[in-house]
Amino acid sequence: MDQKEKKNITRRDFLKTTGVATGALIGGGLIGGLVGYNMNKDEAGSTKNGTGSNEHGTQTGNAGWRFFRTNQEYDIVANATERIYPKDDLGPGAFELGVPNFIDNQLAGEYGSNAKEYMQGPFEVGAPTQGYQSRLTRSEIFRQGIKTIEAEAQKRFDTGFSSLEGAQMDEILTALQKDEIPMAGVTSGFFFRLLRKATLEGAYSDPMYNGNVNMDGWKMKGFPGHQMAYINVIEEEKFQKIEPQSLGGH
Amino acid sequence: MVKTLPKVDVVTVGVGWTGGIIAAECAKAGLKVVGLERGEERGTADYLKVHDEYRYAVRYELMQNLSKETITIRNNRKMSALPMRQLGSFLLGEGLGGSGTHWNGHTWRFYPYDFQIKSMTEEKYGANKLSKDYQLQDWGITYDEMEPYFYKYEQTIGLSGEDKNPFLKRKDPFPTPPMKRTPILKKFEKATSDLGYSPFMLPSANLSEAYTNPDGQAISACQYCGFCERFGCEYGAKSSPEVTVVPTAMKTGNFETRFHANVVEVMKTGNKVTGVRYLNTLSGEEFIQPAEVVVLTSYIFNNAKLLMVSKIGEQYDPATGKGTLGKNYCYQILPGATGFFEDQMNTFMGAGALGMTIDDFNADNFDHSNLDFIHGGSLSITQTGARPIESNPIQKDTPTWGSEFKKESIYNYTRTLSIGAQGASMPHKENFLSLDGRYKDAYGIPLLQMTYNFTEQDRALHSYISEKAAEIMKEMGAKTVEGRSPITEYDIVNYQTTHNTGGTVMGASPDISVVNSYLQHWDAENLFVVGAGNFAHNGGYNPTGTVGALAYRCAEGIINYSKKGGSLV
Repeated sequence: MDQKEKKNITRRDFLKTTGVATGALIGGGLIGGLVGYNMNKDEAGSTKNGTGSNEHGTQTGNAGWRFFRTNQEYDIVANATERIYPKDDLGPGAFELGVPNFIDNQLAGEYGSNAKEYMQGPFEVGAPTQGYQSRLTRSEIFRQGIKTIEAEAQKRFDTGFSSLEGAQMDEILTALQKDEIPMAGVTSGFFFRLLRKATLEGAYSDPMYNGNVNMDGWKMKGFPGHQMAYINVIEEEKFQKIEPQSLGGH
Repeated sequence: MVKTLPKVDVVTVGVGWTGGIIAAECAKAGLKVVGLERGEERGTADYLKVHDEYRYAVRYELMQNLSKETITIRNNRKMSALPMRQLGSFLLGEGLGGSGTHWNGHTWRFYPYDFQIKSMTEEKYGANKLSKDYQLQDWGITYDEMEPYFYKYEQTIGLSGEDKNPFLKRKDPFPTPPMKRTPILKKFEKATSDLGYSPFMLPSANLSEAYTNPDGQAISACQYCGFCERFGCEYGAKSSPEVTVVPTAMKTGNFETRFHANVVEVMKTGNKVTGVRYLNTLSGEEFIQPAEVVVLTSYIFNNAKLLMVSKIGEQYDPATGKGTLGKNYCYQILPGATGFFEDQMNTFMGAGALGMTIDDFNADNFDHSNLDFIHGGSLSITQTGARPIESNPIQKDTPTWGSEFKKESIYNYTRTLSIGAQGASMPHKENFLSLDGRYKDAYGIPLLQMTYNFTEQDRALHSYISEKAAEIMKEMGAKTVEGRSPITEYDIVNYQTTHNTGGTVMGASPDISVVNSYLQHWDAENLFVVGAGNFAHNGGYNPTGTVGALAYRCAEGIINYSKKGGSLV
């Protein structure tokens, strides 16, 4: 398949290939095999709102990476975030919302390098009440965390994380969350909280950050995004359904 | 090489609410004022694209860059203090307007009880109501003396409200009418009325209508866009220093602001200060700005730190009880309850100070004879605009990720309301500020160290008022109600409130306070220290109304001092 054909694989094809369309959302690995595929979201009318779209439509797959180095890294984050925020009858999950791309972009910037945070030593573990005390930046924590997830999958199931069943992925994510997996310079629980938070940030931030594709995160939630004023409707008793608007689309 | 600049009448360290008010009043009185602001210039035009939750609310675009300076934190003297590496519990401001740019606009007058808390508590409940470890003290001023300054600040910001709080008599009307009574607020109004309480509209500095203040500054009408706290206002409808006192000071021709100017020392000779030393953080150049009067108008932490590094005043020592600098650090206790409803509500609309309040459990408005705490808190419902990244309400037994989390958090997003109190915080001998011995800022100066934990008084207040909040929420018709979990140890991880107080407290005597009731330093008559650091304890309200009033009083003091000199008390 050449590049152009890849880009034209439709969303329907993607769903069919992976079994999502038939509701078989249990198996893992559904995302893993598809890194590099751009899903053409034109059918959803999503391309005009500054979501980092290219001429073929909004990318959800690999539009080039700033942080991830390998398909494996991307796949692990895509699968893990999808377990945290899964596709369901309400709408897309983290993967289709572009969360892995959001995380990739963020890790390559100020967020990833903790540019606005105090990073001078000496470093001590401290009490939980004293907060983040790691000498590691977020990008270093993610790099190590991704490796940790993969190693744990190999250890427990003799296979890569992205080939696991959903329940097996959840087992590993739960172990991370409960601080049961050793990491260097940071706890696995801290990494998990970072991953969970980044997933929600990617799902619900303005689409200009390359997540919340098609503003679907906002649509699911009933949040209208950037609106100039509610002065004329705020006294209404009835819930107001308002078509969302992004900053870039304004 | 340090360059010494020509002397000015007044120099302020920081240009937010307090620096702006001092600058405006002194400049109007003909004094030459220089404001040294370590952040950037900014204003309404910068906020056109501000409806960006990720950039402003999550990544803290307008807040202090901690890579340059932070504080260290420990819960008690036995612990090793470690730096607050990320913002969390409170959000420090930086840049023109300071926290006054990204505040919500809740504007209150502390109660008469607050200013005389020690005498009034002892009179009614005896001297042993709280143990001796709680360092209650009167503020050296009464509400009646404060009232004209409160009103002056309210007129400057055009405060929107209604005079319906039965517990506080006002001489003067609110400058503008209250904000809109939305369906969400009406639920609270009905429930609290039915329970026998007295609800009233929260006094708001997001204005209900366009207003021109006595200085001729125009403030617009709030549009209820739902992006207020942590954001600047693109309409100029939230009263902030940039749309009020700063332009007032500028138009006199007597005021100059220098940006990227980080003050590192207050210079003192004998019983007077001579000026300040500062760095231009862009060029690295160092300057001395001599002044007749120096006014510390930055946030409470930096005000205290500058006095400590400049060795002005005696550091408080909890082991001996000696010293006043750094003592009576207080926070704000946040009881409350969350209600999960079945009908969808317009939770995403709002304004920072859109709310209704009852004060039936604030100050000494209720009898504490059979309670093991004093004071209380204002209980409010606010509709500030729930935003999707940070608002994912789930009940306590719901998993925090996965399919159930997603379903529940999306369902609840438009079906959840909260009631919260601004709970008072009493000073305790073990809660204080000092200088850190290990960690330094980007300029090689020690960080400020905070030693702080919640106390028995805090825990008792929290659980009592959380129960009241839960009762109200039930009455409002919530299907499920959860009171806030009891507080245990203070932690700096999760956002709580940017209402830090104390450390440079005011009072009637140098034995117990750093400054007198004009906020004039006891050890240097031409040094003034202004802000919530002056609070001898924190009251049951957001602090800014009282901070603004204190700044007006201080400005009056500085103007008098510049004519006569000497102690103002």
